[in-house]
Amino acid sequence: MIEYIQPEYEAVRNKDLCIKCKACVRQCANEVHIYDKERDMLYADNSKCVNCHRCVTFCPTRALKIVKTDHCFKPSANYTKEVIYDIYRQAETGGVLLSSMGTPKDYPVYWDKILINASQVTNPSIDPLREPMEIKTFLGRKPEKIEYNPDGSLKVEKFPNLELKTPVMFSAMSYGSISENAHICLARAAEELGTFYNTGEGGLHEDLYKYGANTIVQVASGRFGVHAEYLEAGRAIEIKIGQGAKPGIGGHLPGSKIGPEVSRTRMIPMGTDAISPAPHHDIYSIEDLRQLVFGLKEATDYRKPVIVKIAAVHNIAAIASGIARSGADIIAIDGMRGGTGAAPSRIRDNVGIPVELALAAVDSRLREEGIRNNVGIVAGGSVRSSADVVKAIALGADAVYIATPALLALGCHLCRSCHSGKCNWGIATQRPELVKRLDPDVGYKRLVNLVNAWSHEIMEMMGGMGINSVEALRGNRLMLRGIGLSQKELDILGIRHAGE
Amino acid sequence: MVIDAKNMNYQTLDRLVKDSAERDIVIENVMGQRYIAAGAKGKNIKINGIPGNALGAYLNDCMIEVNGNGQDALGDTMNAGTIVIHGNCGDTAGYGMRDGRIFVRGYAGYRVGIHMKEYGEHIPAIVVGGAAGAYLGEYQAGGVIVVLGIGSEDRQCVGDFTATGMHGGKIYVRSRFVPVDLPAWVEAHKVTDKSELEPLVREFCSYFPYDADVLLSHDYFVIAPTVSKIYKTMYCNRPV
Repeated sequence: MIEYIQPEYEAVRNKDLCIKCKACVRQCANEVHIYDKERDMLYADNSKCVNCHRCVTFCPTRALKIVKTDHCFKPSANYTKEVIYDIYRQAETGGVLLSSMGTPKDYPVYWDKILINASQVTNPSIDPLREPMEIKTFLGRKPEKIEYNPDGSLKVEKFPNLELKTPVMFSAMSYGSISENAHICLARAAEELGTFYNTGEGGLHEDLYKYGANTIVQVASGRFGVHAEYLEAGRAIEIKIGQGAKPGIGGHLPGSKIGPEVSRTRMIPMGTDAISPAPHHDIYSIEDLRQLVFGLKEATDYRKPVIVKIAAVHNIAAIASGIARSGADIIAIDGMRGGTGAAPSRIRDNVGIPVELALAAVDSRLREEGIRNNVGIVAGGSVRSSADVVKAIALGADAVYIATPALLALGCHLCRSCHSGKCNWGIATQRPELVKRLDPDVGYKRLVNLVNAWSHEIMEMMGGMGINSVEALRGNRLMLRGIGLSQKELDILGIRHAGE
Repeated sequence: MVIDAKNMNYQTLDRLVKDSAERDIVIENVMGQRYIAAGAKGKNIKINGIPGNALGAYLNDCMIEVNGNGQDALGDTMNAGTIVIHGNCGDTAGYGMRDGRIFVRGYAGYRVGIHMKEYGEHIPAIVVGGAAGAYLGEYQAGGVIVVLGIGSEDRQCVGDFTATGMHGGKIYVRSRFVPVDLPAWVEAHKVTDKSELEPLVREFCSYFPYDADVLLSHDYFVIAPTVSKIYKTMYCNRPV
């Protein structure tokens, strides 16, 4: 069959700078760079380039750069090159298009259309460098009312809560989709930061059990790596119902990423596809969800909060209301711009709703129904900066989940090729020679730096608003204003327009 | 230790079972209490009555014997041990089972052995005496399921959509009626070597009044996957 698809990127080599050290050849697992011995020259097979910058970063003379090709079709705003190439690909293979990471499509980013308040004159701002500023967060069910014993002491029913030193957690990325070294980085960083990372649905390598006090263990429909010891190992248990990047679709780890260790942890044969179907076949209703929630609580003696993670979809508020009544302690909402290690492209790019709208709708609904304190709310799916964190908390979240920023901190260059299993940065791969490129000592420190920097920024912004506790920021939508939004969008977000 | 579960809340019952210092526990008058022995280990539990859903979920090395029927999610994500049901059982028995044995004397509901796994010497097994419902061995990645079809000798004893998504393990069926709707990626063969089957059938017959030699003398077929990457051809990598 004739190959219609031409390279999207070009590796451009400055011949004056190139010293033919062949570092690019060694660094590229996609085998873009080739050394021709006879002609003593280096050239590139651009068709294999995923634009991950590994060669550019490791070129000692900075002789390389990657450019988007200017090879083009006749311009059309409708039939763009991407649309045409997708049709070619499917005509050639008959396959469902598979992509990775968050959607690149141009959907509204509501974070960028929301502005944060600050104090002037009437309500003094607080300098977080000199004055106490509390960003510690307790995540979970809260008592509904305060009652006293006859002797005047507080009578409180205690529910298991997660104690977070900063309202930022690392969201679920499975062992299998990412490497063991990447997991080690996340676990060590979570421990040092006093927050949590999430195992994802691929089970937990025994070497990481020691980070259990900072681990959330996930249970998904495939039940990979789930057993009593695993449930016991984590500080909280998350039931994965859905993922923002692929609502209605389950996990699918390609067989090429299932080596000996992943096979052992997941208890499935090497090289087979690991399938986590979209539905839990024992959950068809909120009552069924309640059964799984309480099954997990029974198995762990009611000591661990249970999180239910759902993708942000159209009817999210009603669904969350059901979950809040299911006995779950925390609801994690994952927005449609969230990342993935592999998802059908059409699902990733077209299904779900942005997390900002979902979060605001859920928080409003739970408040209206008087059940907001039944659950903690975690928002994820494209939280990119400390400003996004502040906005999420003011919209009603107790904490946020981040994953793409964590991967970027580890060296990810967002080439969106995780599903190939050939991650040159040692993150989304299981090939030993690539995995060792990610040094856990360096990686965890970069994660700690990132979250510490965000925490400082969160305190600065809170101080500016005259707020000294994250509790006082939560759901405080008066601190937010919309910019360039329609009245309907403002109503859903529950905020006023800038200037109002 | 004998526990009378009459009118007892499931949390109270489950607490008593887990906290029991005695290894041998008999529970009388069980009527629908859920999660009995969830995550338990090192116990020998006899249940008289009908336990509720998720009996023996995340179970470790326990022996559970039920003089009655089992409900849904029996042995959900079970890790080790043995569950014997002297009756029928509901849907999704052995969901994501990792090791251990489940023996059901009578019939089993839908999706038995869904997501069953195995690794190395950890090979779980489910033996169903009667017939099994639809989606038997769905997404099965390992382990052994045996359906003896006792009482269904004149008809198919596994339901529709058997082995859907199966990519590991085996399903043995004592029957001459091979389902016609098996997926393309599995195959059914007549069993010639019964060495894997025999210990399971003998153990089954040690709990229930059947003759292992007679059962083993009959014809079986076995369903197993032929390809491991069943979805490989379904996808086309897209670099954006």
